[in-house]
Amino acid sequence: MLQRGYTRRKWISRLMLVLSGLATTIAILMLALVLGYTLVQGISYINLGFLTHASAPVGQVGGGMRNEIIGTIILVLLGSIIALPIGLMTGIFLAEFAGPRTAAAVRFAADILAGVPSIVVGVFAYAILVRPLHSYSALSAGVALAIIMIPIIARTAEESLRLVPNHMREAALALGITRWRAVLGVIVPGALTGIVTGIMLGVARIAGETAPLIFTALGSNFGFQSLLKPIGALPLQIYNYALSPYSDWKQQAWAGAFILVLLVLGISILVRWLSRRKGSR
Amino acid sequence: MVMVDEKVKYTNGNRGKAPTDDGKGYLKVEELNAWYGRTLALKNVNLDIRSQLITAIIGPSGCGKSTFIRCLNRLHEVCSGTKVTGHVWLDGKDIYDKDIDPVQIRRRIGMVFQKPSPFPTMTIFDNVAAGLRLTRFWSRRGELEEIVERSLQHAALWDEVKDKLNQSGTSLSGGQQQRLCIARAIAVEPEIILLDEPCSALDPVATLKIEDLMRNLAQDYTIIIVTHNMQQAARVSDMTAFMLMDEDHAGALVEYGATSDLFSNPKDKRTEDYITGRFG
Repeated sequence: MLQRGYTRRKWISRLMLVLSGLATTIAILMLALVLGYTLVQGISYINLGFLTHASAPVGQVGGGMRNEIIGTIILVLLGSIIALPIGLMTGIFLAEFAGPRTAAAVRFAADILAGVPSIVVGVFAYAILVRPLHSYSALSAGVALAIIMIPIIARTAEESLRLVPNHMREAALALGITRWRAVLGVIVPGALTGIVTGIMLGVARIAGETAPLIFTALGSNFGFQSLLKPIGALPLQIYNYALSPYSDWKQQAWAGAFILVLLVLGISILVRWLSRRKGSR
Repeated sequence: MVMVDEKVKYTNGNRGKAPTDDGKGYLKVEELNAWYGRTLALKNVNLDIRSQLITAIIGPSGCGKSTFIRCLNRLHEVCSGTKVTGHVWLDGKDIYDKDIDPVQIRRRIGMVFQKPSPFPTMTIFDNVAAGLRLTRFWSRRGELEEIVERSLQHAALWDEVKDKLNQSGTSLSGGQQQRLCIARAIAVEPEIILLDEPCSALDPVATLKIEDLMRNLAQDYTIIIVTHNMQQAARVSDMTAFMLMDEDHAGALVEYGATSDLFSNPKDKRTEDYITGRFG
């Protein structure tokens, strides 16, 4: 009787193993399909010209997405410049200076902000910057992206700072250093790897955001004109080209998608590589 | 609670001078009580720490020794929910006075911890210079180099690291790291150095090196060392204080006197029991 029970258990265990293996395969297959399909569709249109030429009218051969790639870089930089000080200081406040109840409240607020749909952030930036300035602008897009990025940086910075062992803080304070100099001079450098990881994850996230850009950057047929003028960006261009009826634009959309995926993938791989290197040291 | 006898003699002295009450780094602890939240950890401690001597604080674990010395450099209040009452007079001024800046106190009373903790992101040079760099706006490189060399020599580490000042602080052995922490504490020129079980994480050879180092340092600084190792206290210190946990689980001072007297002729029965190993 024991043997019959054992056989049944063995087969149930095998079934569960197969099912979970199948589920994992499906999950990884999704990733592989997205990457593979984008690669196959887009790579035929990638050449140096794609990266260095401005977009061309329909039907004309040789259009590129140079301005949009530059636009994405500018917007990511703008968003990071705004989000970094705010996010980092918030993280430092949460980890080092906040009392338990204040910290819980701020953390809750940050988590809620992280969950706000990006299209809502875009509409918000439209209301506070685009309407008063009477113009779509790179600045408003930067602000929208910064709002998305701040909770990511703040939470990862806080987690990394918490990982710095307490005896380091005490050793710094015992030298007669003021609290804020101890934090900036000893503790933040000690948590730097984690903080940089958080920043790069934030960058990877906002590089691909499209919805906020629809309401703020709008897209532009010209290159970068000024921070207060509309600007083109890769996700926007992909959106516009993919929905157009022209086949060569559609091909360019695939190529743009491929570049974008490569960008985000590249940042994520860089983050993993850096954290593994620093971790093993 | 026993106050120190004015005519006390010590046999550890290679200094050969009588205790001075107005020496630099003379600490007088008066009615010190310390709480963690609502738990009383230290009860009514009264103690006179003589300048330029090595005072050891011994006692079984949990009796409040570490809490006591953390109250001396105002590190106890850094933990949330803690409270300290009483007075600690440093050269005539109460360090717990309302207008005294705790940061200044911690510069005058340095501390070395049980776990050697060099700052991992800094080189050996930067570690020793950290106390100076992080308190000033800007320092001349030459001045820093002088101070770093002097501190490392005082800490008996210079010869071992003078060629690798640019390596990370964590690349040294445990005993070297602890001496690095001592050099870092000396670099800001304190008057008193507190050592919280500095050798408990080290091997016997490194321990002896640090004990020798302490005897040299005592010529210029007042040293207070917490140790659970009685033999170390007997070897190294001039004065010894024995602490014990009371019935209400608060630490209290039981006996305080010259090391040789305390170990050969303890006045309190509990001291005698501890020293002869009947408990603890």
